[in-house]
Amino acid sequence: MTTPLLRIDGLTKAYPGVVANDDVSFSIGRGAVHALLGENGAGKSTLVKMVYGLVRPDSGAMTFEGKPFAPNNPQEARASGIAMVFQHFSLFEALDVAENVALGMENPPPMRALAARIREVSETYGLPLTPERLVGDLSAGERQRVEIIRCLLQDPQLLIMDEPTSVLTPQEVEILFETLRKLQSEGTSILYISHKLEEIRALCDSATILRLGKVVGSADPKTTSAGELAAMMVGQELKVPTARDHTLGDVALEIKDLSVASPGAFGTSLRNVSLSLRKGEVLGIGGVAGNGQDELLGALSGEIRAPAASILLEGDRIGQLGPVARRGLGLLAAPEERLGHAAAPGMSLIENGALSGWLRRDLVSRKLVDWKKARTFAEEIIETFDVRTPGPGVAARALSGGNLQKFVVGREILQKPDVFIVNQPTWGVDASAAAAIRQALLDLAAKGAAVLVISQDLDELMEISTSFAALNEGRLSPVRSAEGLTVEEIGLMMGGAHGMEVAHV
Amino acid sequence: MIRLEQRAAPSRVWAYLTPLVAVLATMVAGGALFAALGTDPVAAIRTIFWDPVFGEFAFYYRGQLLVKAGPLILIAVGLALGFKAGIWNIGAEGQYIIGAICGAAVGLAFYPMEARWLIFPLMVVAGALGGFLWAMIPGVLRTKFNTNEILVSLLLVYVAEQILAWMALGPLRNPEGAGFPGSRNLRQYESAANNELIAGSGMHWGVVAAFVAVIFAYILLSKHLTGFHIRLTGESPRAARFAGVNPTRLVLFCLGVSGALAGLAGLFEVAGPSGQISIDFNVGYGFTAIIVAFLGRLHPVGILLAGLLMALTYIGGEAAQATLGLPAAAIQAFQGMLLFFLLGFDVLTNFRVRFGRRAMV
Amino acid sequence: MDFGSINPVLLIASLMVASTPILLAAIGELVVERSGVLNLGVEGMMIVGAVSGFIVTVETQSPALGFVAGALGATLLSLVFGVLTLVFLSNQVATGLGLTLFGLGISALMGQEYAQLRTPTSPRWEFFGLNELPVIGPILFNQHPVVYLSLLLVVGVWWFLKTTRSGMILRAVGENHDAAHSLGYSVLGTRFAAIAFGGACAGLGGAFLSLVIVPQWTDGMTAGRGWIALAIVVFASWRAWRVLLGAYLFGGISVLQLNLQAAGFAIPVELLSMSPYLITILVLVIISSGRGRTGGQAPASLGRSFHASG
Repeated sequence: MTTPLLRIDGLTKAYPGVVANDDVSFSIGRGAVHALLGENGAGKSTLVKMVYGLVRPDSGAMTFEGKPFAPNNPQEARASGIAMVFQHFSLFEALDVAENVALGMENPPPMRALAARIREVSETYGLPLTPERLVGDLSAGERQRVEIIRCLLQDPQLLIMDEPTSVLTPQEVEILFETLRKLQSEGTSILYISHKLEEIRALCDSATILRLGKVVGSADPKTTSAGELAAMMVGQELKVPTARDHTLGDVALEIKDLSVASPGAFGTSLRNVSLSLRKGEVLGIGGVAGNGQDELLGALSGEIRAPAASILLEGDRIGQLGPVARRGLGLLAAPEERLGHAAAPGMSLIENGALSGWLRRDLVSRKLVDWKKARTFAEEIIETFDVRTPGPGVAARALSGGNLQKFVVGREILQKPDVFIVNQPTWGVDASAAAAIRQALLDLAAKGAAVLVISQDLDELMEISTSFAALNEGRLSPVRSAEGLTVEEIGLMMGGAHGMEVAHV
Repeated sequence: MIRLEQRAAPSRVWAYLTPLVAVLATMVAGGALFAALGTDPVAAIRTIFWDPVFGEFAFYYRGQLLVKAGPLILIAVGLALGFKAGIWNIGAEGQYIIGAICGAAVGLAFYPMEARWLIFPLMVVAGALGGFLWAMIPGVLRTKFNTNEILVSLLLVYVAEQILAWMALGPLRNPEGAGFPGSRNLRQYESAANNELIAGSGMHWGVVAAFVAVIFAYILLSKHLTGFHIRLTGESPRAARFAGVNPTRLVLFCLGVSGALAGLAGLFEVAGPSGQISIDFNVGYGFTAIIVAFLGRLHPVGILLAGLLMALTYIGGEAAQATLGLPAAAIQAFQGMLLFFLLGFDVLTNFRVRFGRRAMV
Repeated sequence: MDFGSINPVLLIASLMVASTPILLAAIGELVVERSGVLNLGVEGMMIVGAVSGFIVTVETQSPALGFVAGALGATLLSLVFGVLTLVFLSNQVATGLGLTLFGLGISALMGQEYAQLRTPTSPRWEFFGLNELPVIGPILFNQHPVVYLSLLLVVGVWWFLKTTRSGMILRAVGENHDAAHSLGYSVLGTRFAAIAFGGACAGLGGAFLSLVIVPQWTDGMTAGRGWIALAIVVFASWRAWRVLLGAYLFGGISVLQLNLQAAGFAIPVELLSMSPYLITILVLVIISSGRGRTGGQAPASLGRSFHASG
């Protein structure tokens, strides 16, 4: 390890209003697994996009294998021996696996030969794949395999992985790590991007920590505690949400044998989902992305209609009701996608407040919207939930992810829901905003509301849930008390290893 | 290197400026076009934009302004509601024709009975209903069978034109017309005529309806819950569904209103300025109204102004035809150019243009 | 009723001719839409192709040059659309409509001095006497060269999309432009090329109309064929060989109704004239309802603007 494989020297990249990377330097040795650690918005993605040739730095330099390295586009980066697995997959749903793989390679062999190679490599690394299948029909875990196989077929010197475990069950994570260690022993370097501390401690040899675009330190993750890493990453002590003791009340929401078809072409239909939710309860629903989370939220918010008797609110059949009628009865929801689902990007916070709040907050009389009242409502949300914005007249898309999420969750909570359903409440949100949102959910439950949290962040669910269940291919596991659940058990509820095996070589 | 950078919020300044800049750019490019045709560009622009309002014969043209602007505004206001929600009714020309046929048919059915209090209102209702029903065809097909409303509404224009030809030559032909195609002239039938309300002003009931439509659309979009839902759907269909908007009802509402307004425009035209159902009754108001809607930024007041401006290009175009020998088609190309410039400059509302090397691939 | 006056062989031979403008426009639009762009300006590009082709043929007395000019004229117009939608990120639906309105206007302007003229006719190919064969002779071996070209284009597009790497990249761009961009493919370059190809095809179709079918120049002579081409792409579920089927089906109906008009059947002429449009609508309804909730095989990025924000 005399000359490092990749040296990054003073890379800087600024966007209007924000410096994404400010004088970032570090290096990755040959055969090393190097972690890039940081919160959402710390600048990790921008940095790897520069390495992969998608974004050009404003200043700074890189050397790769001892030579100056400044890729103009991803093709050049791939030709140099760099491969990347994207966080938001770079896959094409209507194309088959082999075509998807070919699109990520510089000089793919003819299709038939490529299909054979895909079978061979996927067997070797325990990541079974059928080259002829459409990617749209694959689960999230299988899609990641496509991305990984695409990289492996190029025999990369450096493999970049951007948050790879967010779509995997704990068992699948273990297998992925085996694969990565295997690659490492073959001499491949890995740049591993994550904000999950335990993963980094389990896998990586060295770590660079980014905060607000700057390198704030480096550490040996094997010898540094998770707490120390977290402190470097966040830069402050975090308030851990506290659950107050309270007793559970009567059943508020009951789902009986709910089956609905997904409205999307490649979505997951819900199959015989049953659960009951009591007042004061926080029910956490885990599961890998794409296993019916959106559909469950849609069926509960009223966007997807269900048979009347499959959803009961306080004993009344509400399955056939639309979103407005359900809001009237006290069932509120906040979807995962902030921009374009929970909020309209181009509309002001005033309008976005009225979007779901007009009924319960009396913003409409005789079909006419009282915009003065709507402004007051938006201001109240901003005030109560500490939403950082120049004012309520600002468009939703101008807010940062964390602030918009606080607005969306706040908008529903201030309508005093009896039952509140939320999907991915803290996805892509910085740590302090995440803590505030979790606390708000706990407070809501403490006041006697029934809360259902759908999330892919198991740590989050363990922190706030009183009970737990998992979605797997549209089916819901039996609900268990959250107390005393092990990671192992949760993983099995989420579907275990989904037929993956440990690498064979 | 030039690049675009998304604004955090749409620029209000550019939202107002874009149409003006587009009009100016069109004058420049149009002038170049006229010059290429061998016409003096300055004279052409002055003839089209200045003389009809301030020139020697302005007293005649000013009246024409409202006559042309009335149907354009009436149709465009309706179209804008749908366009705002991402529902594309581009078959207003067909709804305009069917409205005219239905209205005229009702009027002619009563001929020669004189009862204005009964016949004219009935014609208005029939005109609106005709346009409404014609627009309901793409509406129902879209909501029931998920059929693309753009294609269906447009294809129905050609069907409507055939029906128009059939009516002019067959059922509605003037029995005293010596075999010539075309219906009786409604302007000469007291109970059905939509004549000028103030002589020389060009003001007829269709213009009144256009102003009323502007006011209603303004209130609908800025205050009414349905208007909020229309804007929300256009901004983000998924957020609209989350808010509880019923997409089926919204599609039918937008298509129905725009169809009814286009039908009304057709009725007022056939009973007034045009006077009769004939093979060449329709002159493309339904298509020009699309340009009017965009030029007015899909805002009712903007559409009012855009309608007047577009009417001006019609009248000025005719004047230029008479005095400068500019071909009639030139004005159509001119209007198309205006739409291009408008759509192009619109980028400035949502994006900032940056110069410099900070560009990426 | 007397069907005897309608000769089935001539009917098929003439339906191939009648279908060719729509087939050309539709196969071009198919490529455009597969790259994720919805260009509603087909009608405008066709008519500009028709007038450009006609003018150049009159001036040069060469139909071949006329076809080239038709394709070039429409390509030029399509590039206006490309610049507006791809660079200035304008709404594709509105810009496509604008293209049609502008095309109708500018073509009328360009063609007004050519309205009463005629052009030299280009000969049909006659394959060494094979055209003398009964039945298949007139159908297969006695057509205008552009008819063969249109068939070749259908096969070519099918082959290009199915087997070539560029075709795969084009499909990828239409499916998910963000992912294609992050893999390093040029979304704008691909789409510009597709739009230009679509323009050239539409222009060729328009020129075929003004040089072979009518053959004359009249204002608005495309009479909705561009819109029908758009409908046929939907009907074809974005597949090349089904475009051929759709276009010939439509051509068959048009020719049949003309024959029925000529044979003097007791059906109102207007009803026959509107039948192609009504049948197109009917077919659209059947196709879109049969597709059910999945929404069919439309490219996932169809109609969406792309702006690289990274």
